[in-house]
Amino acid sequence: MAIAIAVILLVIGSVLFHFLSPWYFTPLASNWDTIDLTVDITFWVTGVVFVLVNLFMAYAIIRYRHRKGLKADYEPENKKLEWWLTAITTVGVVAMLAPGLVVWAEFVTVPEDAGEFEAVAQQWQWSFRFPGDDGVMGQSAVRLMTIENPFGLDPEDENGLDDVLVFGNEVHLPVGKPMKALLRSKDVLHNFAVPQFRVKMDLVPGLVTYLWFEPTKAGRFDLLCEEYCGLAHHTMRGDVVIEEQADFDIWLAAQPTFADTLAIPVADATAGQALYAPCAACHGMQGEGNLALNAPKLSGQEGWYLRRQLNNYKNGRRGTDPADMFGAQMAAMAGTLPNAAAVNNVIAYIQTLPDLPAAATISGDVDRGESLYLTCAACHGRDAMGIWSVSAPRQAGMSDWYLATQLRNFRSGLRGTHPQDGYGEQMASMSMMLLDDAAINDVLAYINTLPVDDKPRQVAILEQ
Amino acid sequence: MAYVAIADRPDELHHPHSFITKYVWSQDHKVIAIQYSIIAILVGLIALGLSFVMRLQLAFPDTFSFIDPSIYYQSVTMHGMIMVIYLLTALFLGGFGNYLIPLQLGARDMVFPYMNMLSVWVYLLSVIVLLASFFVPGGPTGAGWTLYPPQAILPGTPGTDWGILMMLLSLAIFIVAFTMGGLNYVTTVLQARTRGMTLMRMPLSVWGIFTATILGLLAFPALFVSAVMMSFDKLLGTSFFIPAVLSMGDVLETEGGSPVLFQHLFWFFGHPEVYIVALPAFGIVSDLLSVHARKNIFGYRMMVWAIVAIGGLSFIVWAHHMYVSGMNPYFGFFFATTTLIIAVPTAIKVYNWVLTLWKGDIHLTVPMLFAIGFIFTFINGGLTGLFLGNVVVDLPLSDTYFVVAHFHLVMGVSPVLVVCGAIYHWYPNITGRMLNDGMGKVHFWMTFIGTYCIYFPMYYLGILGLPRRYYSNGVTDFIPDSVSAVNIAITVSALIVGLAQLLFVLNLITSLRFGKKAEQNPWRATTLEWRTPEYPPGHGNWGPELPGVYRWAYDYSVPGAEKDFICQDEPPTEGQGA
Repeated sequence: MAIAIAVILLVIGSVLFHFLSPWYFTPLASNWDTIDLTVDITFWVTGVVFVLVNLFMAYAIIRYRHRKGLKADYEPENKKLEWWLTAITTVGVVAMLAPGLVVWAEFVTVPEDAGEFEAVAQQWQWSFRFPGDDGVMGQSAVRLMTIENPFGLDPEDENGLDDVLVFGNEVHLPVGKPMKALLRSKDVLHNFAVPQFRVKMDLVPGLVTYLWFEPTKAGRFDLLCEEYCGLAHHTMRGDVVIEEQADFDIWLAAQPTFADTLAIPVADATAGQALYAPCAACHGMQGEGNLALNAPKLSGQEGWYLRRQLNNYKNGRRGTDPADMFGAQMAAMAGTLPNAAAVNNVIAYIQTLPDLPAAATISGDVDRGESLYLTCAACHGRDAMGIWSVSAPRQAGMSDWYLATQLRNFRSGLRGTHPQDGYGEQMASMSMMLLDDAAINDVLAYINTLPVDDKPRQVAILEQ
Repeated sequence: MAYVAIADRPDELHHPHSFITKYVWSQDHKVIAIQYSIIAILVGLIALGLSFVMRLQLAFPDTFSFIDPSIYYQSVTMHGMIMVIYLLTALFLGGFGNYLIPLQLGARDMVFPYMNMLSVWVYLLSVIVLLASFFVPGGPTGAGWTLYPPQAILPGTPGTDWGILMMLLSLAIFIVAFTMGGLNYVTTVLQARTRGMTLMRMPLSVWGIFTATILGLLAFPALFVSAVMMSFDKLLGTSFFIPAVLSMGDVLETEGGSPVLFQHLFWFFGHPEVYIVALPAFGIVSDLLSVHARKNIFGYRMMVWAIVAIGGLSFIVWAHHMYVSGMNPYFGFFFATTTLIIAVPTAIKVYNWVLTLWKGDIHLTVPMLFAIGFIFTFINGGLTGLFLGNVVVDLPLSDTYFVVAHFHLVMGVSPVLVVCGAIYHWYPNITGRMLNDGMGKVHFWMTFIGTYCIYFPMYYLGILGLPRRYYSNGVTDFIPDSVSAVNIAITVSALIVGLAQLLFVLNLITSLRFGKKAEQNPWRATTLEWRTPEYPPGHGNWGPELPGVYRWAYDYSVPGAEKDFICQDEPPTEGQGA
């Protein structure tokens, strides 16, 4: 008896939950209202079956529960009833399947007037490419991918030279225009999903997959990877900004073409030496760092990383929080580098400085640190020398006290919160696994035990 | 001299005498069944523990220092793989299959007892290899239970050095064990049924297990070859599943492989696998409902054909797991159609279960409660399969918590409810004692209500767009704060459900000694396993003569009969149909 009542209550509860709970689809921001319609149809058909069959069962339990003298019926089969039920079920299935297939046919057929862009995924970042004025995207290949050419475009291919490259996790698209997304992965499986657009598709290395949608609402939407792609899967975020065509055109024009990135002049270390003089006041003549002045060691750090952080400081993406005193100081100093060439030159000079391991100032439980570092190693490398393709800088042999400060800044929200600092956001999310100062010290103590190699480091010249 | 079948020469059965031959290297199908079940339940409890690692992290992110992303994803992976393969497959086929097939069909044992013994020990070896992967450098694989390449074998995923190889090795060993057991079950069903036990008189439990075993024999080879191919990719530098890639800044030497090929192989195994677990559950629950409602199963022939039809169709629906995998999108039309067709025989089964209750004499025993709980849970989980199977409806829901809720209810909780009901039902047959009824009821209510509270809200998190396999949700505009509250509620429910299973294990152990002595056929069932001369059944199951079968397994409440059940081996008498 209790079980029948429980079934009835669960049915009522489920229906009420469906209508009253605040968790339902996000407001639609694309043309795919037909997908929402097929979901609604499915909800109605399955909902009716759910309620009817369960209530019938509950009624049967109440009515035919064992009492003295009750005897069950003997009816092995009832052909007519069985065929009726089969027929009704078939009708219900067709009612759901037919509209579903019609909408799927729309999904696999991209409208002829659709614009194209490419979304490129890698562990655990997005970048994007637009076809440029000729409307054709150039060839790409994995073997061509380098730190200077992360898209792997073929410089010999005319079609590729005017391709517009978007470095970083944010892409803009015009409102009201159907867009076909060509999806390419450099390493493992990923997935392109914006919940408000309803559609999603995996990115598969070795293939170019696609999906299409027409954004119908301006705004900023979360781009998620929804195919498990390794340790930092949950931090693989992007932003899709939908805006009016005119704003989109301005944004697109500000992005470099592939030809632009090929034309950047080689950095001049000699010119950089003069620019480095103010830096040396705090960071030291040899870039060795100075704990008393809170200036970390620079020599030996990856060039692309120095460049990104200098640009972050210059562009107000870092060091803007009033509580981050040292960050604010550095932001002011970075502002004195007048342009991209100056940044490149000063980095080129830093690359020439001798790379001596910084003195260890932090101690902790090395064994615990080693097991914690397993997660960090996914990006920063087992040797903690950094991996450019996942945008993870070197840690081994660098100023450990500085790393400790930064980890605390990430955890407390002083760093990695600016919407344009996607990599910082990633690190902020990952740093949450180090729950307290002891954990931070243990990890750094372990990093201090790692041997430091002296392979030459590269200056990235790409990020604008 | 006329030929006398071995089954009719009981003096030639070599009864074991020492403890070792009776309980360790035993060739008795009943002992092997218990060995299979104990290993499966123990490893299942480990997987249950791993689910708490996930739930604690999701409900209370950044609280437990031991749950870092590596541990989280390793828990996700091992929980899924253990539950699907090492618990459910092993328990239904190795456990229930071994116990029920010979007894319900009137056979003395499996036809290949020695191979049967090898099967369980090889299964144990696969479990040991699997658990050993927790102790290798880098820990077990954290590639997700689907083990998708390239990430399963490239840096950036936990356990890509040793863990993944241990997993692949363990799976290969498991498949060897399963094949030895599976050939045995199929041959026994086809060759060793007693006189009069026609196929269409077999209890549905055996039909479910039999069909599932055939599915397993046809599906597991696909997993086996994909495991071998992936090991080659990892160890020998082949490129079956890896195209040219840039991994961690290095261009690898791989070229031309296809990650989607692996997914096809995996799901060619993986979808039948769902039914390898579901069909035995369907069969067993049919029998539980019939016995405890004192009524014949409604539409027996339709039920048999539905099992066979589902089994057949299960081989042509696999790519509904891959709608957004990047396979040719035109496949979606075909696989959506086949997938929704499979809903028809499945629905028929549900109707027939409910119609079996209609006009019954329903005894709300603990096995019956679990059977009813199963129907409710299965209806819910099954219906949401219609969302995910219908290709375009799958687009917004794929890879979200909707999927997690669906498959847990339909192939996790539903079969587990049947397992529990079945254990309460057959425990007296195995041990001669009843399980404690009060503890059983508490176990049922906590499990039934608790699991629904875990998974029902997850549907709505999925509709909202919450992705599965996220260590933490981070700052995402469309996820409202209220989601954390839901996650906490789900975790609390999960802990309660976990507690209930410990109560169940306690019941299983204490009832061995303190349980009420069971009479020979406590549920007044018709099937042969309750009709053995020794009780509980001894080695060889039957006395000098095998039982003869004169009727189907569902003669309950036959009009004109004095009792409300007539056993299969009771010959027909005047005025009573057979």
